[in-house]
Amino acid sequence: MKYVAGVDVGSTQTKAIIIDRNRTIVGRALLDMETSMVTIAQDAFLAALKNADLAEDQIEYVVATGYGRYKVTFGNEQVTEISCHARGAVQLFPKTRMVIDIGGQDTKAIRVGPEGQVEDFTMNDKCAAGTGRFLGAASYALEMPLSELGPLSLKSTNPVRITTTCTVFAESEIISHLAKGCLPEDVLMGVHEAITNRCVSLARRVGITSEATFTGGVSRNIAMVKLLAQQLGIPINVSPDAHFIGALGAALFAHDRAFGTAQQLATAIAEEA
Amino acid sequence: MTTAIAEAVSDTRHTAPASHAVWTPFNAHDEGQRLIKQWYTTLETANERKEPVANVFVMGNAIEILRSFDFHMVFPEINSLQSGVRKTSAEFIRISEDYGMSPDVCSYVKADVGMMLKEEEHPVGKIPKPDLSISSNMCGTFIKWAEIWERRHKMPSFVLDLPGQRTSNWAVRPGDAQHSTDSRWVEDQFKDLIAKCEKITGKRFDIDRLAEIQGRVNQMVIHWNNVMELNRVCPAPYNAMLDGLTYIGIMNVYRGTVEGVEFMRRLEEDIRAKVARGEGRVPEERFRLLFSGTPCYVSMRRLVELFETWGGVFAYSDYLTFAAGGMDAAELLYDTSRPLESLAEVTALAAQRGLSNQFFAHERMEKQIRDYGVDGVVFHGIKSCRFVSAGMADTRDYISKRLNIPTLYIESDLIDPRYWADAQIKNRVDAFFEALQQRGGAGPLRGKEVPTGKGSLA
Repeated sequence: MKYVAGVDVGSTQTKAIIIDRNRTIVGRALLDMETSMVTIAQDAFLAALKNADLAEDQIEYVVATGYGRYKVTFGNEQVTEISCHARGAVQLFPKTRMVIDIGGQDTKAIRVGPEGQVEDFTMNDKCAAGTGRFLGAASYALEMPLSELGPLSLKSTNPVRITTTCTVFAESEIISHLAKGCLPEDVLMGVHEAITNRCVSLARRVGITSEATFTGGVSRNIAMVKLLAQQLGIPINVSPDAHFIGALGAALFAHDRAFGTAQQLATAIAEEA
Repeated sequence: MTTAIAEAVSDTRHTAPASHAVWTPFNAHDEGQRLIKQWYTTLETANERKEPVANVFVMGNAIEILRSFDFHMVFPEINSLQSGVRKTSAEFIRISEDYGMSPDVCSYVKADVGMMLKEEEHPVGKIPKPDLSISSNMCGTFIKWAEIWERRHKMPSFVLDLPGQRTSNWAVRPGDAQHSTDSRWVEDQFKDLIAKCEKITGKRFDIDRLAEIQGRVNQMVIHWNNVMELNRVCPAPYNAMLDGLTYIGIMNVYRGTVEGVEFMRRLEEDIRAKVARGEGRVPEERFRLLFSGTPCYVSMRRLVELFETWGGVFAYSDYLTFAAGGMDAAELLYDTSRPLESLAEVTALAAQRGLSNQFFAHERMEKQIRDYGVDGVVFHGIKSCRFVSAGMADTRDYISKRLNIPTLYIESDLIDPRYWADAQIKNRVDAFFEALQQRGGAGPLRGKEVPTGKGSLA
């Protein structure tokens, strides 16, 4: 049996997904970014192969995505993460008509069609405000792991207002609020609200639709999910594989290339049988 | 066809210089470069020759009056964009920021100030000291910019007050009561300007000379409209945002001159020949695009390359009309039997179209999308110019949601290279084309008939 793979080389992590002919995920890997994108992409791919208990020659086609997509030397094709997130989100949640992706340096709002096709998109421009880096700055200033930021912020009763739009200055603003005696949960909720406001603004530009899927690493933050759902006013889907959705979308494009349309695939399976 | 158009067509057919009676090869890019170089070379020695020099903007500049007094024209906007093309804008901008200007100030202004602080040493040569500057309220920055020249060069500036948009639901129509009143207001200011020019140059105003210059502008405008229309065919013979920038450079710098008419005549001839041969800008045209906004001169080749790699060609750009002095339709031709009145009428009309751009851009763009068979629209926001970027949100919303035409918004700057983020822009461009591909690609216009619109010389 043949398989296909998607490799998503992002700014902070690299993800690899392997799917079979039925589009079922059979292997995955997630590695933190190192200095060499070429090496990390290769390592993530090999780790996913190992996870799936497969050999490299069983992979028919590889699509690379993410900012480092051109560093995937073994890839057959490159597709932007905008198209890949759209495709992956609709695969997991077919009623998805909007994708919100908050990654390490990008925040995207994508309006999608029923087949996962991109209808419109918008992203933050030349500034990491409202992205995962904003939470990274808070984590650093508060000396607290990223995983604890969301739960703690939900305890807030009096959120502070973070006024800066600059991630670097946000760190000094956080320290300033703490020095004035503000509670860490109130400062953190202010950070989460600032990110949400930027994100919802992007979503409004492309048009808020019926159902959204939240992708990217920040979707694991419970406070972000809650705030986004409140402000967008529509159901928000979050998958346990949220941070793999870009790689999954890439694997689905690889599936198209390797096995053709659903009809072509069905014919091939019938012929084999 | 109006009388003015008929005259202009007739003029065009009979004014080709004898030296071109024999066919000679014409390369629009090379010839455009040669003319621009020639213009700068002439400027370098203008002060030494004690010939009058005027600083003017591309829009609302009364250039026809100035030319009738033999002023040499300096276009500081073009100097600034040339500094971007020639990769010296970063240094000029740094100098002006070191001087104290904010990063948010228009990068054209900062490049000009930086150049002045470097004793007018521009990569194309030394820019002469002006004897007069003309600015207008078409952009608030123009007036402040002219004040800088006034103080630095200790010369007079003349500010044209061009009436703008009154309400959001009104658009000026030629000859309506408001337009007539506005035209008289502008004409009175032109009379003041003429008096000022007479004082500076010591020459008497010659209205026949003005009419002669206007006649040449008319010819250039007719050729220009034909050149733009010729890009409606598939494959598009030129890229509006690369080749087109050279063409409008000549439209501005040589406006109303014999050389300008000849360039535009040969350009139209050249483009017609390309169309007849089925010669396109790219080997395989797959997507026809419209570019809205001003260019990023510092990275324009790269930007065009990002699109052409996908077979995407900018068949049209609204920049080709408003940056060519607003001369975008045959109804803006001069009536040379009433030179000054006509100049005022056209100036008032062109100014209001420019100033009302944010209110009615979507209506014009809808027509352009249809005329040029456009598959997608690219909006380019300018970091240091909110004036040209603010209205894009409404237009984009209308085009993408009401017309269901894919749009892409990218942002950088006119000439400040710090705002060009290659990986981010490439990512957006690639995603845009992936979305266009998912819609089923393009290319349905191949073989479309060559249009012959208003003022066609065919």
